[in-house]
Amino acid sequence: MTAAPLIIEAGRTEREYWKDLWRYRELFYFLAWRDILVRYKQTAIGVAWSVLRPLLTMLVFSVVFGKWAKLPAYGVPYPLLVLSALLPWQLFTNAIQEGSTSLVLNANMITKIYFPRLIAPASTVMVSVVDFLISLGILAFFMAFYHVPPSPRLALLPCFLGLAIAASLGAAFWLSALTVEYRDFRFVVPFIVQFGMYISPVAFSSRIVPQRWRLVYSINPMVGVIEGFRWAILGKEVEAYWPAFLLAVVAASALLLSGVWYFRRTERTFADVI
Amino acid sequence: MSESIIQVSNLSKRYVINHARKARYVTLRETLSNSVISLGRRVHRAFRRSAEVEPPSNREEIWALRDVSFEVNEGERLGIIGRNGAGKSTLLKILSRITDPTRGRVRIAGRVASLLEVGTGFHLELTGRENIFLNGAILGMSKSEIKSKFDEIVAFSEVERFLDTPLKRYSSGMSVRLAFAVAAHLDPEILVVDEVLAVGDVAFQRKCLGKMRDVAQCGRTVLFVSHDMGAINSLCEKAVLLHSGSVVMTGSARAVVAHYLEASEKLYSPLRGSVRDYGEFRVIGIRATQSGRVTEVIDCREPFSITIEYDVMQVVRNSRLFLMLRDRTGQLVIVTSDYDDPTDEALERRVGRFESAVTIPGKLLKAGPLYATIGADVRDERVVFLDADVLHLDIVDSVSDALSGRHQRDSAIAPVLAWKTAPVADQHQDLLRDSQAQLTPADRGAHE
Repeated sequence: MTAAPLIIEAGRTEREYWKDLWRYRELFYFLAWRDILVRYKQTAIGVAWSVLRPLLTMLVFSVVFGKWAKLPAYGVPYPLLVLSALLPWQLFTNAIQEGSTSLVLNANMITKIYFPRLIAPASTVMVSVVDFLISLGILAFFMAFYHVPPSPRLALLPCFLGLAIAASLGAAFWLSALTVEYRDFRFVVPFIVQFGMYISPVAFSSRIVPQRWRLVYSINPMVGVIEGFRWAILGKEVEAYWPAFLLAVVAASALLLSGVWYFRRTERTFADVI
Repeated sequence: MSESIIQVSNLSKRYVINHARKARYVTLRETLSNSVISLGRRVHRAFRRSAEVEPPSNREEIWALRDVSFEVNEGERLGIIGRNGAGKSTLLKILSRITDPTRGRVRIAGRVASLLEVGTGFHLELTGRENIFLNGAILGMSKSEIKSKFDEIVAFSEVERFLDTPLKRYSSGMSVRLAFAVAAHLDPEILVVDEVLAVGDVAFQRKCLGKMRDVAQCGRTVLFVSHDMGAINSLCEKAVLLHSGSVVMTGSARAVVAHYLEASEKLYSPLRGSVRDYGEFRVIGIRATQSGRVTEVIDCREPFSITIEYDVMQVVRNSRLFLMLRDRTGQLVIVTSDYDDPTDEALERRVGRFESAVTIPGKLLKAGPLYATIGADVRDERVVFLDADVLHLDIVDSVSDALSGRHQRDSAIAPVLAWKTAPVADQHQDLLRDSQAQLTPADRGAHE
């Protein structure tokens, strides 16, 4: 292997970094694979857990918000309304919960070997995607149960999934870097998750938000993502609110780019402070 | 071909130590409360952290490396020596891209693998097989590379039977073997080894060293950090001596090692009045005593003792305190530990201040300088601390007589041992008869 010589210099912005990221892609898979393997070996109920969690949440939300609070579902079975939102939402929250601690938990790797550090939080997002795919199976089951036929709009679901992953990566980069620097930041993360649950339309449709607030509300990229999922999954009953999608694209990109920027800026000192 | 494969020029690394806090990391709470006190400074720091910011009064700068320059040619084996804290590990960390230099430049033309990282990323829940793949990937091997070397790795590690057992059921010796097996099968152009950070006890580290030698023999470029002057001498052609972050000497390994050992007492001795804190152990001092007197000049005909005074800060079960003596070439002369014939104190290793003394008999050592290294390790597990070449002794022979000739011998020690020679009556008769038999071959023919 006679590649171009490697130059190490203070504050050097390596063009190599992105090449390295590609070169280390196998490590990325291996870390994700390790986390999945370990999770299913450690937890007694294993895979059942990733099925039970969305299932129970769906049940509780449908009863509390659909039955008791009588929030409108606009012609969609309430459990499906919740489940289609839970898919991206749990992807997002898993990613930021696991992602924020990914660097600190891998501290011994970071102080002992080189690899593009972005891989650590990114691989935890990958793990969340696997959970997402499992939940997708649950959704298919309930769609069949409620006789909701898949619409051609489903073809656009990968776009919304991509948007959710972008937002998750951005948030995971920010939070993991901040957690290295400020160890008590991990106490902030659960709050973000809880708070986010209320300002995102997980348990209800965003159509109940007053029209004049709708645009402001949609600054939260997860609003566009969730409504996008509903639009793609639930068919004609759900009408699109395009400004929200557009805003989601902008906000998710901003989150991702700024996350990469902040992460790259602090990355060099990780090994010294972790 | 002697194109330089590694070029280090004016490399410097600065660490900023914040005396205001005890912990290694900041908490947001702290930062927030600080920011209320001095918002301006905080904003300044947050936005210009990468740039040179003059440190506030409670921050101290430490230059772990200062203007370090050297070159390594392809296929060369370079030893890096120096006291604890001389900057050796920081240098290796920069070379393996774990941390960034503050100033200076390094040019590396080849793939670097470092054995700082034996067993990094091992996961206890995963099986041996899974860990081989994971660890290989972490060390930078591709999946196909690991697959093709898998059998070799397994054979080397001697854990075939436990491949599908979770690592948590392995003995520590087994997981170390597995870890080293993976690392040893990396195929880099440049191999970086830090003996101090290596896992395992002293015996295992010596075994790793053997493997290192094999690797070095294949014409690979090796950077080797070690306290073992004998290993440096036998493994490396060139050496760099670091002292508090700067290069003191570069040259042939033999010359640099000799300089280091000779000067180690004057220049590099940390012992005078300084207590060295290793977390679990704190070394207060070490001294040699002969005939009731503290001395560094030892009469080789009389017994003497070496006393180590230390605090045990934390109970370390099954730890052994050891003493190693080397001669001028770095050759090990004596390795001894208080675990060889353990006392209750050694077994329990309670918290408190202790003095451990070992007596070395007279008429054992050769005349010449000796360098003592002390340390503690846990069998099959890890080295707790290592304080290299902390005591410099001059072994002298005060008398010149028939016994003095032994100092010229090639062996590491030249003990005066008890010999006893006496005639054995019966055998003497047999020998006599045999020699007579040889004289008359005709008789032998008659026997047949």
